[in-house]
Amino acid sequence: MTKYIMKRILMLIPVVIGITMFIYVIMSLAPGDPATLIMGPDAKYEDILAKRQELGLNDPIFIRYLKYMAGVIRGDFGTSWYNGYNVMSEFLSRLPNTLTLGLMSMAITIVIGIPFGVIAAVRQNGAIDYCTLVLAMLFSSMPAFWFGLMAQIYFCITLGWLPATGADTLKHFILPSITLASGSLAGQVRLTRTSMLEVNKLDYVRTARSKGASESRIIMKHVLRNGMLPVVTSIGGHFATLIGGAIVTESVFAIPGVASLMINAVKIRDVPVVMGIIVVISVFVGVVNLLVDLTYAFIDPRVKLDG
Amino acid sequence: MKNNKKKFSNKSQLGMITFRFSKNKLAMFGLAVITLLIILCITAPLYINYEDVYKQSMANRFISPGSGHIFGTDQFGRDLFARIIYGGRISLLAGLVVVAFALILGVTLGGIAGYFGGRVDNIIMRICDVFMAVPRMLLSMAVVAALGQGTFKMLLALSIAAFPGYARTVRASIMTLRNQEYVEAAKCCGTSSARIIFKHVVPNGLGPVIVSATLGLGGTILAIASLGFLGIGVASPTPEWGTILSENRTNIRYYPYLGLIPGMFIAISVMCLNFVGDGLRDALDPRMKN
Amino acid sequence: MGEHLLEIENLHVQYNTDEAVVNALNGLTLTLDKGESLGVVGETGAGKSTMALSILKLLPAKVGEITKGSITYDGTDIIAADNHTMRGIRGARIAMIFQDPMTSLDPIMTVGDQIYEVLELHFPQMNQAEKNQRVDEILELVGIQKSRRNEYPHKFSGGMKQRIGIAMALVAEPELLLADEPTTALDVTIQAQILHLMRELQKKYNTAMILITHDLGVVAEFCENVVVVYAGEVIEQGSVEEVFTREKNHPYTEGLFNSIPDLTTDVDRLIPIPGFMTDPTNLPKGCKFASRCSYCTDICRTEAPPMFAEGTHSIKCFLFQQKGGE
Repeated sequence: MTKYIMKRILMLIPVVIGITMFIYVIMSLAPGDPATLIMGPDAKYEDILAKRQELGLNDPIFIRYLKYMAGVIRGDFGTSWYNGYNVMSEFLSRLPNTLTLGLMSMAITIVIGIPFGVIAAVRQNGAIDYCTLVLAMLFSSMPAFWFGLMAQIYFCITLGWLPATGADTLKHFILPSITLASGSLAGQVRLTRTSMLEVNKLDYVRTARSKGASESRIIMKHVLRNGMLPVVTSIGGHFATLIGGAIVTESVFAIPGVASLMINAVKIRDVPVVMGIIVVISVFVGVVNLLVDLTYAFIDPRVKLDG
Repeated sequence: MKNNKKKFSNKSQLGMITFRFSKNKLAMFGLAVITLLIILCITAPLYINYEDVYKQSMANRFISPGSGHIFGTDQFGRDLFARIIYGGRISLLAGLVVVAFALILGVTLGGIAGYFGGRVDNIIMRICDVFMAVPRMLLSMAVVAALGQGTFKMLLALSIAAFPGYARTVRASIMTLRNQEYVEAAKCCGTSSARIIFKHVVPNGLGPVIVSATLGLGGTILAIASLGFLGIGVASPTPEWGTILSENRTNIRYYPYLGLIPGMFIAISVMCLNFVGDGLRDALDPRMKN
Repeated sequence: MGEHLLEIENLHVQYNTDEAVVNALNGLTLTLDKGESLGVVGETGAGKSTMALSILKLLPAKVGEITKGSITYDGTDIIAADNHTMRGIRGARIAMIFQDPMTSLDPIMTVGDQIYEVLELHFPQMNQAEKNQRVDEILELVGIQKSRRNEYPHKFSGGMKQRIGIAMALVAEPELLLADEPTTALDVTIQAQILHLMRELQKKYNTAMILITHDLGVVAEFCENVVVVYAGEVIEQGSVEEVFTREKNHPYTEGLFNSIPDLTTDVDRLIPIPGFMTDPTNLPKGCKFASRCSYCTDICRTEAPPMFAEGTHSIKCFLFQQKGGE
């Protein structure tokens, strides 16, 4: 078990190396000198040279890469090219907002998505099933930012029920969390429903019926428990989707989180910031997936964690 | 029931797939709407004056949808209908380009990995693992940051983020097909490799790829719109559905149609593409249908 | 003969799929007495499993449909019975053993719990200790150490899983056991073990049994009576002795006999039945076996033969008309 966990954590190393190397390579291929970009078109030549020196851009690319990675190992992701702040500390200061948003929408996805999926499956082809499916389809097809914008205008501006922007209180997070959850919620409902219906067709469920178990018992004891296995696996995937969705959600509701840091950094091509965020989040996603797999092994006796 | 059964049994595999697809009302509806939208976009120059897309007119700002301007006008007095239809050309085409590019990359790499197996497979798949470990939206944004902004670079970024998924799908179907008994049987009959690949492996392995490409197209259109909305996608004033929403963002609260109409175009096209994708999946593999 | 334990009368079942209507059972009639063991023989697709599932009303929901006929179990009209009544019958009075033991057990429930569930459902008056005791007993009886009751199905081999399936079916001591090709998915060496175990337990509890199989040898060894099913109806029935020793059988039964290798006589080759199973989506008007039958006459193609009885033996074929009459 411990060996398995260690192995999985070690497997994150090639991911970090691969992704940082990839970004370094395409960055070096991209036209335009960062120092020139940073200093603006009117900057003097000497100033640009000084900036290049300061950023270490005069070193060959692999030296720069090695220096960067040496920092990463120590937990130092460098400083912003533009504002000079420390990437890691800025990231950490914004993390609580993003985490609150992510966890709240994750909770919404699970708490609402799974029961509705189950109900839709149990009442297959009934009115609830169709309504749930149509709504799920609608939600998964809507751009999250559009849904957010519309909800913001209606609930915050027209009705005045909730604050429109900011991240001061938990109340500020209600609408953003719903916005962020909307996409994965739809996926969750559909997956739960499909999984339940798949299991319901299996031989061992028929065996349970042949034993004289009531329909509700069959659903609770056999179908639901087995049907939850793929649903648990999907949570890791949802998490990655949520991070993607958090970017637009934070933008719509002006939440000062990691995602908005990312947007600004991308716009001004502040590469160290972008790299830092990507690396930390990839590791984070890896750890979440590990936790999901551990949970899976815990609930499915067939799964053995070795190698 | 009784009548179509006879017809059915005489049909080829492709015929059966078409037959099942055509019986799926949602999928047919989706296909019809998408086709209509594509026709509208392609024939746009016939009924919309291209100048209207960019022509500003301070006298005509914020005209509500009505007879003069079907979808009204925006803050610069530009005709929203013209911008949305021309925006559709960009959104749909960009989506197709991304999916096509990701498919070429994914099918090639996945095909090589699946066909050769062993070491080559291992290397290609580890590379895919690395890309898949990063949330797609973040990966595309990082590539945009490294390459710099621009429509083409954004499309490239999205393709890079999307290809590992296709590579995996292709590899998985080749892997399962390789060990499939009918392929073994074909080999035993002395069928040539080329014939096996084109007669058995390709038609049977293509299904999952087509399905994930169709579903992926919807997702890509959403991603392009999101990047447009964030201001790192297609740059204003070029009309793209997400960009149009971004331009009108501050005015939506006073003029809701500026938000509702472009958003609905995105949602409807993505939804219809999903209908088609789901329908294709059910038609290709009826066992999956619930 | 008096009251039968089970009476199936003119049963019609069809499967409605998107593409076609499959007529799985077309007027199947049979009876079964207490403690009797009946072999049901026929090739794949003849409707044997459909029959077993119909008795328990476990046909796939919305697809399988009983369109005509009746099933009476110990005075209860199964077709009219409500869900509550059926739940009381399933597992407690009629139990079923399924074809594929690999997929018939819940993978995330221990085997002990799966057997325990039957007791939990049907014996609310039993206390926990008694139920556990009973689970241990039945496990030992089917040849599995009781210490393994807390293991999950994936730890057991196919034969072991089928033993668990038998334990689960018999733990409530039902009056009727439906065994749907219980050994088809198993190794030949295991098959005999499982069948012997089933017969032993059937005798022990005096359970009636319907053994569904495509193997005439199995029927000869383990059953008292036999019905031969073709295209969803019984075409020949009688005691094992009558069917196996008589000079002339139904042409289809003959075909089945000719398909088994016989080591006692020196024949060079097996004689297969020509053609394929009648298309259940498109049944012929006359005798359903007509297209494959070498004795086929004009009447066979236009008129469905009735059952011609001769004592306890009966046959659905015009060839036997003059002998037995109607």
